Amino acid sequence: MIPCAFEYFAPKTLDEAVYLLDKYEDSKIIAGGQSLVPLMKLRLITPRYLIDIGRIPGLSYIREDGENIVIGAMTTHYEVESSTLLKTKCPLLPEAASLIGDVHVRNRGTIGGSLCHLDPAADYPPVILALRGKLKAAGRDGERIIDAQDFFVDMFTTSLKRNEILTEIRIPKLVKRTGWAYLKISFRAGHFAIVNVATLVTLDEEGRCKDVSIVLGGVGSRPMRAKVVEERLLGRVVDEHLIKEASEYATDENEVLSDFHASAEYRREVSKVLTRRALNLALQRVGEGR
Amino acid sequence: MKHRIKLKVNGVDYEVEVEPRTLLVHLLRDLGLTGTHIGCVTGECGACTVMLNGVSVKSCLIFAVQADGAEILTVEGLAKDGKLHPIQEAFWENHGLQCGYCTPGMLITAYQLLQRNPNPTEDEIRRGISGNICRCTGYVNIVKAIKAAAEKMRR
Repeated sequence: MIPCAFEYFAPKTLDEAVYLLDKYEDSKIIAGGQSLVPLMKLRLITPRYLIDIGRIPGLSYIREDGENIVIGAMTTHYEVESSTLLKTKCPLLPEAASLIGDVHVRNRGTIGGSLCHLDPAADYPPVILALRGKLKAAGRDGERIIDAQDFFVDMFTTSLKRNEILTEIRIPKLVKRTGWAYLKISFRAGHFAIVNVATLVTLDEEGRCKDVSIVLGGVGSRPMRAKVVEERLLGRVVDEHLIKEASEYATDENEVLSDFHASAEYRREVSKVLTRRALNLALQRVGEGR
Repeated sequence: MKHRIKLKVNGVDYEVEVEPRTLLVHLLRDLGLTGTHIGCVTGECGACTVMLNGVSVKSCLIFAVQADGAEILTVEGLAKDGKLHPIQEAFWENHGLQCGYCTPGMLITAYQLLQRNPNPTEDEIRRGISGNICRCTGYVNIVKAIKAAAEKMRR
């Protein structure tokens, strides 16, 4: 379990990191390394150059920025999980972070690393998409902002250019009368999800659904909105019956994959159940005055 | 190309040359600190858990070069002046181990857990050690030991 030999760089600035990434074609960024190092040890990937962005100051933070919360790409899952700011203003994200891997992985792994690695069953992608987050990338020509829906391209594939580095994640604070829930099913403690779901429900003063966001992970090659369910809830008074009826359409219009973890049929069933449970929990949380 | 790195392990300074692909766990063991065990080497089992700059990590998921300048605590650093750490005492008294292979990782994980949560419930303990696999005990006595350690440390 020894990786192939590689050259290691530990740049002190973002510019230097972008320069190295641009210069060396067969290079890879390492953040926390909790996905990358196992892949290198299994020799599933064999980069010749590793660029460690862990020594660049100023990439780890969680702070308010108007209606948004901005999170530095090197912020660890534990920092996300335990952030009071996030727990009060956008509790969906820490709820998901607390279920990633195990404590050691959460101490070391980073939100930016996880999003760039983009395992189809990872915890953050459905959450960031459900929140309609934005991602900031630094490249040779400066910075650009990418919408979450454009960022998640395919399995292990983001829309980052080869010489771009994700630097910041921007998510909105939850508005009044919004409930949230993140749920996942995995077979063993610490494992990736078979199916996961992130939901946000906002009600108007009469209890009608003003806004809803439901995103499933683990079912397809990238996180996918359960659009049919969303359409069935929008504008209607949401209760347990409506949720049950609508959740049946969780994977309609969406591709569902089979692999050695679970069949497509199983994933479809679990998607319905998790969507129903998550929506019920979200609804309950609206009622709790969030 | 080899890199020269500095580490402080259990309060002792080291300066060593490592290849970039050297894992932290291999370096620690090469320094003679063989208390940190190698189990799965894919980051599943937690046998190699150490404290790195104050947080628990799996030392098989970190390249030694990434730890340049870091402070590390391994299982060898728990006991002070020949006296076992309360967590070690509690594992001993509650038979929190059988073969002992997972024990160094379990002790460090308990250390991390109790640092953040000095009075954990059984559920919190079980969640806290979910990254560490034990194939002997069924975890019952490990959980008991961590509970007992928490009590000792609160005293």
